[in-house]
Amino acid sequence: MEAIKLTKLAKTYDTGVQALKGVDLCVPPGMFYGLLGPNGAGKSTLIGILSGLTNKTSGEALIFGYDTDKESVEAKSAIGLVPQEFNFNIFEKVIDIVVKQAGYYGIPRAEALVNAEEYLKALGLWDKRNAKSMTLSGGMKRRLMIARALIHKPKLLILDEPTAGVDIELRRGMWDFLRELNEKGTTIILTTHYLEEAEALCERIAIINHGEIVEEGTVKDLLAKLSVETYVFDLVAPLDERLMELVKKFEVRIIDPQTLEMDLVEGEGLSEMIIALARLDIMVRSMRNKANRLEELFVRLTQTKDKNNTHE
Amino acid sequence: MNSEKIWIAYKTIVRAEVVRFFRIWSQTFLPPAITTTLYYVIFGTFIGSQIDPIGDFTYMQFIVPGLVMMAVITSSFTNTVSSFFGAKFQRQLEELLVAPVPPVVVVAGYVTGGVIRGLLTGLLVLIIALFFTHITIFSWFAVGVFILLTSIMFSLLGLVTAIFAKNFDGVQIIPNFVLTPLTYLGGVFYSIHMLSPFWQGVSKLNPILYMVNGFRYGFLGMSDVHVGASLCMLVLMSIALVVYTMHLFRTGRGLRH
Repeated sequence: MEAIKLTKLAKTYDTGVQALKGVDLCVPPGMFYGLLGPNGAGKSTLIGILSGLTNKTSGEALIFGYDTDKESVEAKSAIGLVPQEFNFNIFEKVIDIVVKQAGYYGIPRAEALVNAEEYLKALGLWDKRNAKSMTLSGGMKRRLMIARALIHKPKLLILDEPTAGVDIELRRGMWDFLRELNEKGTTIILTTHYLEEAEALCERIAIINHGEIVEEGTVKDLLAKLSVETYVFDLVAPLDERLMELVKKFEVRIIDPQTLEMDLVEGEGLSEMIIALARLDIMVRSMRNKANRLEELFVRLTQTKDKNNTHE
Repeated sequence: MNSEKIWIAYKTIVRAEVVRFFRIWSQTFLPPAITTTLYYVIFGTFIGSQIDPIGDFTYMQFIVPGLVMMAVITSSFTNTVSSFFGAKFQRQLEELLVAPVPPVVVVAGYVTGGVIRGLLTGLLVLIIALFFTHITIFSWFAVGVFILLTSIMFSLLGLVTAIFAKNFDGVQIIPNFVLTPLTYLGGVFYSIHMLSPFWQGVSKLNPILYMVNGFRYGFLGMSDVHVGASLCMLVLMSIALVVYTMHLFRTGRGLRH
C-alpha cells in the first residue's frame, strides 16, 4: 500500500487561482521522496491537502490507504508535518510545545514526556527544554518543529523546506538525522529549495510547476535526461590573444580574464577542448562542472513549461 | 481516536487554555475586578444610595447579579475569541488542525476554557460584591444553570467570531458594537418596569435581558421576564450555536483554505 496516492488531485482557490491541476502521484512506503518546484508551484497546497489544512476541490488523496476526507482521523494519525513557517506559541517552553502536541494525538503525558526526551535529545534541544521558544535560534526553531512533528511517531513525515535559513553544519546534521529516521522505516516527503539537499537525500523526485507534475522519477533517471552540462575552466594566467583562437573553435563564454565557461552535450567536445588548451599552452588550474546538475534540470524543466505557457 | 485518546486531547486543549489565561492574569482577571469595583463604588454606593429600593432590595443588591453576569459574558466571549483568533493569526492553530482531534473535541475544549474563565471571573466579581453588600441566594439551581448556559453560549459566540475574523478589527466588532450595548441595555442597571411600554417591548428583543433576569431570579427571586421562557430561549440559542460552530469546523470555513 502506497504511503501517498494522489489521483487527479485539484485545488482552485476562491480567488480563482488553480494551485493544483489534477495531480497524480504515488509514493511507496519507506521512501525518501523529494517534491521540488518554484515558489507558487503548488507544493504547499499539496502538503496542505495531505495534512488537512487545505480543502481539495476534486480528486482523491490517500495516506496509507486512508482517504484524507472520509478517514481523516486515521490519515492524520499517520502524518507528522514540519511546516515552512514557525507556527508554535513563542511564549511556551520547548518541552511544553512538544508535549502539548502529543496530547492532541491522545498520547498520555507520561509517554509524551518519554518521546519528547528522545527527540529533543536526538535533535540537540534537550538542554533547551525549559527555554521559551522565542529565545531559540532559527536553526533550533526548525529542529523544534521536527521534534514536535515526530512526537507521535508518524509513519509519514512531511517536511516543507525544513532547512531554510539553517547553516551548513546544522543542515548536514539534520540530513543525518532524517536519513537515520528514513532507514528506520519512516516515509519522508521533502520539499526544498536546496537542490543539492534533494539530490543528497531523495530516492525519487517529482518536479511540480504551475500545479502540475512536470517530471517524476529517480534522481539518477532524471539526471540522465540532462544532456547539456556546463564546464568551468579556471586558468592559471589571464587570457591573451590566444583566446580568439579558442572562441573560433568552441562556444566558450568569458566570465572573467581567468575563467571560461563552456556548454557540452553529454561531454562531447571536452577532449577537443582540453587538447586545444594544451596546444595553445593555456595552463588550467582547475576544471569543474558548473552547477548542481539537478538544479540545471530543474531550471530547464520549469523554464520550458513557463515558455510554453507564455506561447499559449 | 478511541475515547481515552479523545479525553486526553480534550484535557490538553483545556489545560492549554487555563495555563494561558492564568499566565496573563493581569489582562484576564485584574481588569474586570477593577471595573466592577468601580461600578460598585459609583453606581452601587454613591448613586445607588440615593435610588429607591427595587422590590425588597437595595439598588446595590439589585445590580450585583447583573454585574456578575456582565463579567461572565465578557470574559467567556473574550477568552475564546482572543485565544482562538490569536492561534489562527499566529498559525498555532495548525498544530491542532493537523492532529486527528475531532471537531467536537476542539469546540468542547475551547468552550470549556471560556466557561472556566467566565465562572472564575464571575466568582471574583461576586466576592468583591461581598465587600459592599449582603448577598442572598433564592435558587441555587437558577444561579447555576443561567451562569453556566450563558458562559457556554458566549464562549461559542467568541469561537464563531474568531473563525470569521480576518484581523484584529474583526475581533473587536462584536464586543464593541453588539455585546456592550446589549449588555448595558439588558437590565443590568435597571428594571425594565421603569421604562415606558414601548421601550419595555424593545428591551424584550434583547437576549441578554433574559440571561440577566434569569440569573437575578436565582439571587433575588424576582425577574422582569418569565424565567422558564428565559431558560428555554437560552437552551435553544446554545444548541443553535453548537450546531453552527460544528458546521463551521466540519466544512473548514474560516479555518482551512
